[in-house]
Parts: sequence; C-alpha cells; structure tokens
Amino acid sequence: MKQRLVVIGAGMASGRVLEHLTDAAPDAFDITLFNAEPRGNYNRIMLSPVLSGEKTYEEIVTHDDAWYAARGIACRFGEKVEKIDREMKVVEGANGHIPYDKLVIATGSNPFMIPLPGHNLDGVIAYRDLEDTQQMMGMGPNNKVVVIGGGLLGLEAAAGMAAHGVDVTVVHIMGHLMERQLDEAAGYLLKKSLEDKGIKICLQANSKEILGEDGKVRALLLDDGTELPCDLLVMAVGIRPNTALAQEAGLATGRGIHVDDQMVTSDPDVFAVGECVEHDGEVFGLVAPLYDQAKVAAQALLEEDAAFMQKTLSTKLKVTGCDLFSAGDFAEGPGREDIVFRDPSRGVYKRLVIEEDRLVGAVMYGDTADGSWFFGLIKDGTSIEEMRETLIFGPAYQGGDTADPLSAVAALPPEAEICGCNGVCKGEIVEAINAGADDLDAVRAGTKASASCGTCTGLVEQVLQVTLGDDFQMPTAQPICGCTDLTHEDVRRLIKGQELKSQAAVWQDLGWTTPNGCHVCRPAINYYLLTDWPLEYQDDPQSRFVNERKHANIQKDGTFSVVPRMWGGITTPDELRAIANAADKYDVPTVKVTGGQRIDLLGVKGEDLPAIWSDLNKAGLVSGHAYSKGLRTVKTCVGTDHCRFGTQDSTGLGIKLEKILWGSWTPHKLKLAVSGCPRNCAEATCKDIGVVCVDSGYQISIGGAAGMDVKETELLCQVPTEDEAIEIVMAVTQAYREGGKYLDRLYKWLGKVGMGWVQAQVVEDLENRAALVARFELSQSIYRKDPWAEHVKEKARTYAPIADFTLEAAE
Amino acid sequence: MSWIDIGHIDEVPLRGARLVKTHIGCIAVFRTAEAEVFAATNSCPHKGGPLSEGIVHGQSVTCPLHNWVFDLNTGEAQGADAGRITIYPVRLEEDRILLDDSAVTRRSAA
Repeated sequence: MKQRLVVIGAGMASGRVLEHLTDAAPDAFDITLFNAEPRGNYNRIMLSPVLSGEKTYEEIVTHDDAWYAARGIACRFGEKVEKIDREMKVVEGANGHIPYDKLVIATGSNPFMIPLPGHNLDGVIAYRDLEDTQQMMGMGPNNKVVVIGGGLLGLEAAAGMAAHGVDVTVVHIMGHLMERQLDEAAGYLLKKSLEDKGIKICLQANSKEILGEDGKVRALLLDDGTELPCDLLVMAVGIRPNTALAQEAGLATGRGIHVDDQMVTSDPDVFAVGECVEHDGEVFGLVAPLYDQAKVAAQALLEEDAAFMQKTLSTKLKVTGCDLFSAGDFAEGPGREDIVFRDPSRGVYKRLVIEEDRLVGAVMYGDTADGSWFFGLIKDGTSIEEMRETLIFGPAYQGGDTADPLSAVAALPPEAEICGCNGVCKGEIVEAINAGADDLDAVRAGTKASASCGTCTGLVEQVLQVTLGDDFQMPTAQPICGCTDLTHEDVRRLIKGQELKSQAAVWQDLGWTTPNGCHVCRPAINYYLLTDWPLEYQDDPQSRFVNERKHANIQKDGTFSVVPRMWGGITTPDELRAIANAADKYDVPTVKVTGGQRIDLLGVKGEDLPAIWSDLNKAGLVSGHAYSKGLRTVKTCVGTDHCRFGTQDSTGLGIKLEKILWGSWTPHKLKLAVSGCPRNCAEATCKDIGVVCVDSGYQISIGGAAGMDVKETELLCQVPTEDEAIEIVMAVTQAYREGGKYLDRLYKWLGKVGMGWVQAQVVEDLENRAALVARFELSQSIYRKDPWAEHVKEKARTYAPIADFTLEAAE
Repeated sequence: MSWIDIGHIDEVPLRGARLVKTHIGCIAVFRTAEAEVFAATNSCPHKGGPLSEGIVHGQSVTCPLHNWVFDLNTGEAQGADAGRITIYPVRLEEDRILLDDSAVTRRSAA
C-alpha cells in the first residue's frame, strides 16, 4: 500500500523535495500539500527582478497547477494548518483532518519586525512574499519609501523601487552596507553605485519611532531627531524560522526546528526542510543549502543514504549595475594577510584573505568574473603558495597560459560549483552535455544550472564550449576573417590602445596574414579607424562596399537607386518637381516610396549618377544615405503642428535630429523615429533609436529592429526637454559608434553591453555624456556634408569608363 | 599582339578599378596596391555582377553582388565557388596602361 505523505508549506525547499521525490519514485506516496498562501511554489529569490520590472510574476512560477496535477499531488492552498497531532499521526487543516505516515514541515520563516512604536501602522511591511512585492510595485515617482535594513534583501527592495523612479532612503544601523558579506571598502563602493542610482543611504542610523497619521505611516523618526517622510516603510532586517506549529506539536526546537543530517526531527516520521530548520546550530537563509536539504530529505524519505553537510557560501547581489561577490571569511585577524587590488577609475576592488597559504575569504566589487574560481579555492582549501604573486589577477594568469577565460573553466575540477542557487557542479553539467544537452536551454532543463538567478549563465556557456569544443560556437570568439586570428573586439581595443591610425599600421602591427585584407575585414577596419581617429585617418573609399563608395544602392542589374534626403520626411512642391524632372530626364524606370518616408529613384545608370545628383543638388536636395552603414532616416509623425493628439513638435525634433546626425557612419545602419504621442504613428518603438513624446517630455528607447529580427525598443530614459533628448541621442549614437562591432545593429550591441551599462554611460554620468557628445561633434565636423556634391565636383570622371571603344567604332 | 593605350595609371585608384567599354562587352581594369594592373571581363559568371565595382584586395577582386572572389592572375573563382572570368593581357609602359587589342576588337564573341 502507498504511504501517505503530507507536506506543510509550498516554498522553494519543499517544492524541490517534491520534485526529487516524484522524479525518483512517482508512485511511492499519496501526497497532500498545504500552503497558507493561496498559490503554489514560485521562485522567491526572483521577487527582486519582479519588483524592478525585469521579470513578471508568471515568469517566476516554478510549479503551476498542471505540474501538481500531473504528479497527483492534492493541493490545499490558502488553507492554514491548525495543528499536528503526532500521536494520531494526523494534520488538522482549517477544512479538515488528514492522516499521514510521513510528514514534511517546510513552514519557512517569518520576517523579523522590529517592535518600534508604530510598527503596526498601515503601510509598514516586510519584504517576503508576492503581496509585499506588489505593494512596493504600486509606488511611483511621486512616492517616498524608507527601507530599514542595508542587507541583501533591503538593498534589492530599494533598487527595485528606485528603478521605477521612487524616492528611496535606506536606513542601516551598521557602519557599512551588507556588513555580513562585504568589507568596508566594498561596502563603500556599493554605497556609491546605489547613490548614483538615486538611492539615499543613512548609515549608523538608529530608528526610534514610526510616525503615523490616521493609522497610516507618515515618517520614520531616527534617534538623532531626523524625520524621514514616507508613504511606505519596508522592514528588511532579517528573518526568523517559523517554528510555531512544530513547537506546539512538541518537537525539539531551538532557533529553528532541530534536524539531524537526514533532515529528520526529534520524531522519526517527521522531516523538516528549509528556513524553518536548525542544523548543527545554524539556521539558513540562502537558497543553495535549502536545495541541498531538499535533496537529502527526498532521499531519506525513500530510505536511501544521504547526509546534509553545511558548506561555505558565496553571495551575489541581484541589482543591475552593482557587481559584487563575496565568499568565505574575510574578517581581519592574527595570522591573516590581505592581498588587495584597486582600480579607482573603473570602480574595481578585490580583496583576498589568506591564512597559512590557504585562501579563506574573497570580496570583489566591480569585476567579479573570477569569483567562482576563488570560491573553489576557498572550498577546496587549495594551497596558493605557488601562485601567490599573481593570485589576485585570477585564473587567467596562472600557469602562464593565455588570458583565456575558457582555460579557467577548463581547469576547474568536476566538483567545482558552477550554479550556486541550485548546487550544480561542473561534473553534472558535463555529464548532461555528454548525454546530449548541447545548448544552454537543454542544460538548464536537465540540470537546473543557471535556471534560478541566472548570474552563472556565462559560466555554463563556457562549460558547454569547453566540453563540446568546435561543436559549440561562441559567436564573440570568431576572428574577423581568414586574414587574422583576432576578433572584432580585439582589433577595436588594439586600434585604440596601440594608437594605430592607418590601415597599414593595422596590417603590420596586428600581424595580418594578407597584404591588405579582404572584402570582409577592410570595410570593418576602415570603419574602426575613421570612428576612433576622425581627424587623423582619411576615409578610404576603396575599402568600402560599392554602395558606400558610389553613394547609391547597387541593384541586381548593376544599375543604382537614388534617394534624396527629406529631412524628417518633410518635402515641398519644388523638391517634388525636381525629383519628377530628374526621373523623366534620366529615364528612371521605377519611382517608389520607401519604408522610411523617402522617395526612391530606382534603375539609374552608374554613369548618370553625378549628373542626376547635380540636378537634385540644384533644387537643394542632398544624399539620403539610403545605402550607408550610417544614419538613414528619421521618421516622424506630424506632432503638434496638425495632430489633435500630438504632445510635442515631433516633426521639428525629427528634422533637428536628422540635421545633427546625417553623414555619420555607424557599425550598421541606424534608423530613428520620433512619435508625437504614445499612439506612436512613426513606429518609433521598432527603430534603432526611438523617441516617443509625452506630455511631460521625451521617452527615448533604443535597440528596436524590424528586419530579420523583430524587436521592440527598451526604454533608455525619459527627459523633460528637447535639448536633453537631442543630447542623449547623440551620446548613445557615439557610444554605439565607439563600441559596436562592425555590422552589429544597435540591438546586438545593446545585448552585449547591457542596458544598465548604456544608462550609466549616457544617462547617469553627465560628464561622460558630454564627452561622448563632444567626440560625436568632432567626428561630424568632418563627415556632416553632402557626398553627392563632393563627388559631382571632384570625382564625376571616375563614374565614366576610362575608355569607350563603342564610340570610336561608331564614328 | 598589338597594344592599345587606354589611359594613365593614376586614373585607376589604388585597390580600385575602371571600366573599358567595347563592342563585345565591358572590361574591368584593376589596379592593386602597387603600380600593377590586371584586366578581366567585368561580368561575374554567377549573376553578372559588375566586378569593377568590387573590392580589390591583394591580387584578387570580390564581386559586389554576392561576394565571389576571383584571382586576377588566373581568373579562377576562389574558395567554394566554381567558375572563372576571362583575363586579358594588359601591361604598363611608362605609366600608361596598354590593353591587348584583341580584347577590344575581337568580333567572334557576337
């Protein structure tokens, strides 16, 4: 007969117990699951990304109704368990009793509320569940929020709300943030980056009283007399194991429910897992040990051998743009030595704590790429005597190998942990890959590696690459072409770093294997050189694709298309007459309106180009650059001039932007649009850069596409004035010009650098923004001009044959 | 073999090309990064792309339409593509480009 299993609490630990149990022995138990929250299991550690808007609740649900149904689990959600009767072996729910053979208690923890006067006021919440998260998500730019607690949870709550424009103040009792995970120096850097995000931080601040008005929170009073007004007060000061039910049932408890190495309580038929337990004097708050416990409990329930062991833990903060890592013990002490590395300009800080030739602790801020390697050294107690000199520079500098991140991953032993959330080690991932999981999704599905918080995704990819070798292609590691082993990124870096200012210098100093490149690398190198050295380097037409050399698009029959520029899509009867006359005069077979609101004259003979341009120039028309890896068009709607919905002069802004940006070269084509209201008639949200005017200003979003890939733009920022909007567009264009890989559209570049980085460079760092704008202007002083007029004047002859024997013969 | 003067070498850009029109079709005159010229049919055997509009690199040219690459010494397509272009004798004499007369006047092509 099947045994009856009752589980109390549908959280992350018990969810994992049920997964292991039903995977290993689907028919071993009749399972009933109680949960006081009216829902099943979701990924609680992903509440922070839900709060900041990076994820939705639906995305973090780990077990939906269908999952429970498929496994035959009877769910009693929203029903509180009143009592456990151990003698009768019965759980008493609010809606009825249910007997058990085995019981798993997974009641989790309760947030600790400091019993300050006023802590019962409306608007004083913890940060624990979906309801709390939703309350925080209800806050907007007009609200003030105070967060008590500068630990992991408090800071994620603060950053999440700040991302929605909420005015957030963090009050922390200690001298620096996250004092359990960080030392003072890293805490300082963290404070600085959070302050850059607009979060106010009060350290060494003692809360005295929560002040209210009509039963609702109004402000927090500190004991130095400071009053911090707020509409919501979030207490994120810690958690306490929820042991009430177990205690009443007479189970042994201390800080948590006592369990042994098999997760068995003082009653052999009752198990406990998760934040409610106490094991060997410790209680648990991070997810990794919870998952370990779940695995052990499931095995013990099936009477298999398993034992839970406590491990050293590492921590990462899920706040975009704050890259920190800490592991082990980094308190100072006798016999302990520090190795410290600082790079103030990049905001990087690394500190290693060494005791008797063993690494015992690591704190890193700003550059955490080597975190898991250091973590491995700590856990394994590896002797670092041999590599002490170069230890701080990470695995790439050990063993004299090249600075290849892959070699670091390849060097990891099979038991090295890759995914801290799910406790997946390298060996398990390699096993899954050898069993046929040949991409990230397959590995994720099979092992759960990188399936929780996702910060180890890059590492998992590297394991894939190391294991599969040539079968797994990391696109970024590809050389530009057969002329070199260097990647686009390498070459860009070296052109700047070594101040290479000519093609010849690139071929020579970077060891090109061909005399002057090929059709793949030459256009890229030409582009990189002209972007980085606009004054020193002379654009080389012979390194351009024919369209950019001849300033017209070649067609399949060798004829060309001619698209005159119409600023912001606005034209005049005179311009239209000039276009019509040119179409007649040069026998243009097709006249078409383009997707970017311009008129295209298709089928012009190559030798007629200078003449038709000259005619168009006379009417004031210039090149529309419809052929370039550069600014194409700025599409607009009519805005306030005519439209009854328009909120700003979208046409005017479009014209201004086009006049500023035209002629500029970019890694790939650059299309813009300006819409006068959120109805978005100019389709700004699928352009490389889109501006949507709203009553209060200009929403600038970037990274859209409507070609082979269709993508919606992501919001970069909203600014109040037209001048600032123009500045932001110039700065982001320049950042893309300077950083993008040749032939990467803006969205691909964005995918590589991340929106957080772009916002930091272009929106938040005003000095940097101004520098980008200045560099763009400098470049435009050379390139903001009409190539048609120039070619008519200086190069017309080259469009004709060098010799024409058909004429001679005809004479 | 008789040679026809078609122009000065400086009229063809370094790593570039110019076109010669004849009754039997267009001929592309290519110049490499040196004072060195080649002549070949202007039309790519693949889809007829105008080779004189291509990128010249080393002693090769890449067709602008679909990136076929041809060796200008032999006319053979490089890499995975199979095909060849006709190469015409051409030489330099005191900076003047001289093209073999047969390329211009041969009538059999019709």
